[in-house]
Amino acid sequence: MNAPMISIRALAKTFTLHTQGGTRIRAFDGVDLDVAAGECVALHGPSGAGKSSLLRSIYANYRPSSGRVVVRHNGGSVDMTAAEPRAILDVRRKTLGYVSQFLRVIPRVSTLDLVAERLTAMGVEAGEAVARACGLLARLNIPERLWPLAPATFSGGEQQRVNIARGFVRDYPILLLDEPTASLDGENRRTVVNMILEAKGRGAAIVGIFHDDEVREAVADRCLHLTRPEEA
Amino acid sequence: MDQELLRVSGLTRYYGSRVGCRDVSFSLWPGEVLAIVGESGSGKSTLLSLLSGRLAPTAGDVSYRDRDGRWLSLPNLSEADRRRLQRTDLGVVHQNPRDGLRMRVSAGGNIGERLMALGHRHYGRLRGTGLDWMERVELDPQRIDDHPSAFSGGMQQRLQIARNLVTEPRLVFMDEPTSGLDVSVQARLLDLLRHLVASLGLAVVLVTHDLAVARILAHRMMVMRGGEVVETGLADQVLDDPCHPYTQLLVSSILQA
Amino acid sequence: MTAETMQGYNYAYLDEQTKAMIRRAILKAVAIPGHQVPFGSREMPLPYGWGTGGIQITASIIGPLDVLKVIDQGSDDTTNAVSIRSFFARTAGVKTTTATEEATVIQTRHRIPEAPLTDGQIIVYQVPIPEPLRFMEPSESETRTMHALEEYGVMHVKLYEDIAEHGRIAKSYDYPVRVQSRYVMAPSPIPKFDNPKMHDSPALQLFGAGREKRIYAIPPHTRVESLDFEDHPFEIQKWDEACAICGARDSFLDEILTDDRGGRMFVCSDSDHCARRVREDC
Repeated sequence: MNAPMISIRALAKTFTLHTQGGTRIRAFDGVDLDVAAGECVALHGPSGAGKSSLLRSIYANYRPSSGRVVVRHNGGSVDMTAAEPRAILDVRRKTLGYVSQFLRVIPRVSTLDLVAERLTAMGVEAGEAVARACGLLARLNIPERLWPLAPATFSGGEQQRVNIARGFVRDYPILLLDEPTASLDGENRRTVVNMILEAKGRGAAIVGIFHDDEVREAVADRCLHLTRPEEA
Repeated sequence: MDQELLRVSGLTRYYGSRVGCRDVSFSLWPGEVLAIVGESGSGKSTLLSLLSGRLAPTAGDVSYRDRDGRWLSLPNLSEADRRRLQRTDLGVVHQNPRDGLRMRVSAGGNIGERLMALGHRHYGRLRGTGLDWMERVELDPQRIDDHPSAFSGGMQQRLQIARNLVTEPRLVFMDEPTSGLDVSVQARLLDLLRHLVASLGLAVVLVTHDLAVARILAHRMMVMRGGEVVETGLADQVLDDPCHPYTQLLVSSILQA
Repeated sequence: MTAETMQGYNYAYLDEQTKAMIRRAILKAVAIPGHQVPFGSREMPLPYGWGTGGIQITASIIGPLDVLKVIDQGSDDTTNAVSIRSFFARTAGVKTTTATEEATVIQTRHRIPEAPLTDGQIIVYQVPIPEPLRFMEPSESETRTMHALEEYGVMHVKLYEDIAEHGRIAKSYDYPVRVQSRYVMAPSPIPKFDNPKMHDSPALQLFGAGREKRIYAIPPHTRVESLDFEDHPFEIQKWDEACAICGARDSFLDEILTDDRGGRMFVCSDSDHCARRVREDC
């Protein structure tokens, strides 16, 4: 049996809000999780149980208070809680795709470039990168007239699909998905479900938050249940 | 790519008994953009001057790895070598373009100066390079003979960038490059910088008080207060999960558009 | 000394200590060709801009056996040239001349004589602005550093600007040179036509700026190159006309308006050269 793609041990995250009198908020603690290639694990639990925080901690966007997150990368392994910034960036560039809930828009950068730059950053030739980005945007029903525009003025659903395109334009070995279908209609939701299933089929390890029961049942192999930690 | 470009250790500068900056250490790799953020008086401009060799440290060292792989200690370099390095491998983009441009020399002359300093003596080729760089920084090549004073603030800033990048430096220091510009002009400059940094594989140390600028341009971030570094990390870590009280205050003070 | 030598003044006007100080500056300048040496410029009995730097150098080097020629824009007979000649005739009692080949010391404002200078001659230039980097860099400490570190890129920026604006290097006076491949030097406002004469000259060339308090020098047989671009090489002025007086085609010509209806003629700027050619033709 191959080593898991993601191996999480005793992971905990507590926020200390210094601007609010040093209030401590425990997001999650004691999380253990292994995810194998081709497997999809759904994070499940009530609002405030720390699902998004856990996803962000795996991506090393949040810095966990204790524990470790080891991911397979370049044939070795990297502990995302202890790695140097540039090592983390390398993991994000090559191994770890993250589809956040909200698209972060960069002024003046077109939708097409936003998606294609994920490929050019990996050394894919510009023409090919654009072609693949176009294909994906079309599949996700983003009207072609929007491709040259920065997505600042797009609807929530359009922005989310652009975000999904960014996460799927490359075949990341690991995908982290934070409510990828939350504001999508039925047809687009089915498209995204198919894309997730295809990613699993090629061996991606996936951790996701899926609000929609139907979607979760369609893509998840198992659930990790998170409960709201007691107040610190 | 797998060796640092800049090594900074224990960098300290006092102005008399007042602290400019104290005990700053970090490394910078090729292609990395590091943002130094903090309020005015936090020591970020002092640090930038120390890093670019324009100010001598009270203690500590800044070492730069040259194109031949040799480590050069900036404070210990002779003035001649330091200035040569500043003209070739390093660049400085000033907050005020007047500090970084020759205002009475045409745009083309400004762009060509570093090359002429390196011994380029072919007018036609210098002109060609000037036209090329005008285009790369989105300035109308037809205005190559105009003086910077005829340009808007955003155009002057782009010209300053071209003037620096023409020798293909490996490390550029930027001091609040977008402040003082209108928001739409800022966005254009940011976009341009993002492209140039990525396509040239530039390492950048960027001083800014604008956290949004830092998020868009920087890989890593260093938060300074009272001359000391209080928090470091990936730019998105520091902005999304700030740990130090001062960083939390900074981040919570951003106006949400 | 001749009978006309003035009494009550020191020989050649300046006191001996000042002359010694200036000679030391000259020696240093000769030792470092093209490098500007500061000196304690004295008040002279004429205003700045009339050649105080040149006069102090001449006063410091001239001996009783020297023969002095003074030219102003090539001419021996302008007020300034005549005054300076008579100044030294009266304070040093030296012989003066207008003939280039007879002179041992030639003080000049803005020309080098057409007749080739020879071994043993000294030419003293009057210099208004000695710092060639000044127009690009206002700071004196910065220009000194630039000279020390041979940072001369800005000189070509100026030439670049010329070509960008005029299609060619339009600078025609005080055209910058590189001395012995080291210091960039302002040759004083001589026409660039004269630049090649500075190169490998057998004469000693001394430059004095009174107001700016600088002395610099080109020793005999020193390499002097005019700055240029590969695709815009240095060129001297050429005229379609010949001198209206002596017919010379290879000398520097002045344009003279002869009436107020656009009439004009071209004549040699070097009056001694022109007169000699006329004499020799007769």
